[in-house]
Amino acid sequence: MAISNAKTGFLAAALAVSMVGVGFAAVPLYRLFCQVTGFGGTTMRVDAAQAATVAVTNKTMVIRFDANQRGGLPWEFKPERPTDTVSIGAKDMSIFLAKNLSNEPVTGTATFNVTPELAGKYFNKIQCFCFTEQTLKPGEQVRMPVLYYVDPKIMTDPNTKDIEEITLSYTFYPVEKPNTVDQAVN
Amino acid sequence: MTTIAATGTDLHAHDHHDADHKPGFFARWFMSTNHKDIGTLYLIFAICAGIIGGGISGLMRLELAAPGIQYLQGWASMMAGKEASLDEAYHMWNVLITAHGLIMVFFMVMPALIGGFGNWFVPLMIGAPDMAFPRMNNISFWLTVVAFIMLLGSSFVPGGTGLGAGTGWTVYAPLSTSGSVGPAVDMAIFSLHLAGAASILGAINFITTIFNMRAPGMTLHKMPLFVWSVLVTAFLLLLALPVLAAAITMLLVDRNFGGAFFDASAGGDPVLYQHLFWFFGHPEVYIMILPGFGIISQIVATFSRKPVFGYLGMAYAMVAIGVVGFVVWAHHMFTTGMSVDMKMYFTAATMVIAVPTGIKIFSWIATMWGGSVSFKTPMVWAMGFIFMFTVGGVTGVVLANGGLDDNLHDTYYVVAHFHYVLSLGAVFSLFAGFYYWFGKMSGRHLNEFLGHLHFWIFFIGVNVLFFPMHFLGNSGMPRRYPDYPEAFAYWNGVASFGYAIMAVGVLIFFVNVIWSLVAGRRAEDNYWGEGATTLEWTLTSPPPYHQFETLPVIK
Repeated sequence: MAISNAKTGFLAAALAVSMVGVGFAAVPLYRLFCQVTGFGGTTMRVDAAQAATVAVTNKTMVIRFDANQRGGLPWEFKPERPTDTVSIGAKDMSIFLAKNLSNEPVTGTATFNVTPELAGKYFNKIQCFCFTEQTLKPGEQVRMPVLYYVDPKIMTDPNTKDIEEITLSYTFYPVEKPNTVDQAVN
Repeated sequence: MTTIAATGTDLHAHDHHDADHKPGFFARWFMSTNHKDIGTLYLIFAICAGIIGGGISGLMRLELAAPGIQYLQGWASMMAGKEASLDEAYHMWNVLITAHGLIMVFFMVMPALIGGFGNWFVPLMIGAPDMAFPRMNNISFWLTVVAFIMLLGSSFVPGGTGLGAGTGWTVYAPLSTSGSVGPAVDMAIFSLHLAGAASILGAINFITTIFNMRAPGMTLHKMPLFVWSVLVTAFLLLLALPVLAAAITMLLVDRNFGGAFFDASAGGDPVLYQHLFWFFGHPEVYIMILPGFGIISQIVATFSRKPVFGYLGMAYAMVAIGVVGFVVWAHHMFTTGMSVDMKMYFTAATMVIAVPTGIKIFSWIATMWGGSVSFKTPMVWAMGFIFMFTVGGVTGVVLANGGLDDNLHDTYYVVAHFHYVLSLGAVFSLFAGFYYWFGKMSGRHLNEFLGHLHFWIFFIGVNVLFFPMHFLGNSGMPRRYPDYPEAFAYWNGVASFGYAIMAVGVLIFFVNVIWSLVAGRRAEDNYWGEGATTLEWTLTSPPPYHQFETLPVIK
């Protein structure tokens, strides 16, 4: 017998343990994959210097703005204008308004994505309020800007060249320390 | 595998009667380290789980026999001990479909094929005295039992809207995280952890046994195809189950410790859970069918009195199915929003699997072609398997199309497809193997007439049960609902009628087994004759408690 049973068994067990590792490694890898490829409507982040190098084209794109709140957040949250028509490649600033309707300070945080999901790769945000915790005092209203542009490459990608309208959607959630199961009870 | 002669006389000489010394009842069955006894325990366990899982599907067909909610609210009230609301009744439905799926996958098909027939016949077929790690084998079995009790127990604790875990066997987030409050889903997840750990230990055991403990001369390329199938299955288990363990551990963290792996409000992504689940889930369907392929190969060769056609092609087709099975998972997720390119890849990769599967189907037919075929009970089951599995395979090719799947996703067409490959594929191979090896395992012959009667009633029953689901799915009836509009009533009624026919077939099976155990004819060593060429037929029926103390030599 060339290899002992213990050794073969150990190798097989090591393979199983390493696959557990692969399972957990999938979480950061998946996030990275989404950020790099724009998978699932993940938008791109760029800095202002990079944005300045983009050529403005004469084709336009309709951008719709969508605002939601979930989990019983007592806020009014809406875009200042429902749509913008922008030249592809040109920077545009859009404003979202949030107002605390309750009698106590409330903290919220927002997630976002764009549809069609394939457009995520070409929707570049220079500045936004995603995932920053925002605390509003009772009755306080804030204007939250998003600075973005649509990459002109969207017109040459065969998967996206038909797109004429992109919806940018934000959802505000309450920030709470208790776990998610408890939230569902409420 | 073709060179092993089944004369057996030279191998018998060393089976002294002292090799047949058995421990007392408790030590033998509760502390067992003997691969044959553990195999028997697994088979008994799988039959018990199959009765429960099959009974649950009977409840579902009863409710679905006519439109409207007939019995569900009553059952939910019975479970809760008080008048149940309609929502609780709907939750009860979710609990039923969840339990049916999990029980049939983890506690019926896998224990029977891998734990039962794998434990019984892998050591016998490779000429080994036992499994490599007999005590670990015992742990695997009892972990499976505990896992099953845990899953059944989850039905009696709160799981959100009512009692029990109602997440579906896929346990998708967010229904399984923020959508199901209470300990039921935690218990179901723990049950999966335990069943998964048991299967991983079993897989390690099989891999070590097959690699290290083959009799002299039994090279990998002489191994019977059933052993090949268990080897490939063991590798799939080893690579796929840990990923499921990771995914459901993340569910536990999200549920109980404020984690946000799959919580969109905190930057997680529920679609990630689906990727992880199906990275496990797709290989899992091959885990359930590959040992069946192995059994069918043995049976078709035996009853055609020919070595199997294209032995190497058959073995490596299974390896190919196993490998490609790991890169097609997202065809379960075509409707989660994918680019056309991704859909194209997953469509094409999925269809590639039809090639090695086709090699197997055609090789079985080529084995029968020109053979001296005898239509004994195991052979009719094997031929039933080939026919049914091909039907399920064809609808699988249909569903592989990303474009078509947008329409058929989560309809009864999918239910029909996976029941044709599993309920009629894996289960037919189980019955085929049971009829093939029962005499070897118990020392008694099953009744041929009852076996044929069981086959024909079961065959007609399951086809009446599942074929109409294609029509229902094509007309748009969605899965996982306890109710449906009047338009779907006709074929649902037919399907429920088919269930009743199938149930009669199963009753005949149990009559046959009980009758044979009590009064069956004694089985000879090699009761299938010259076609049965693998090593288990060189031993007595049942084999001695410890076999191959002097290793057989394969020329």
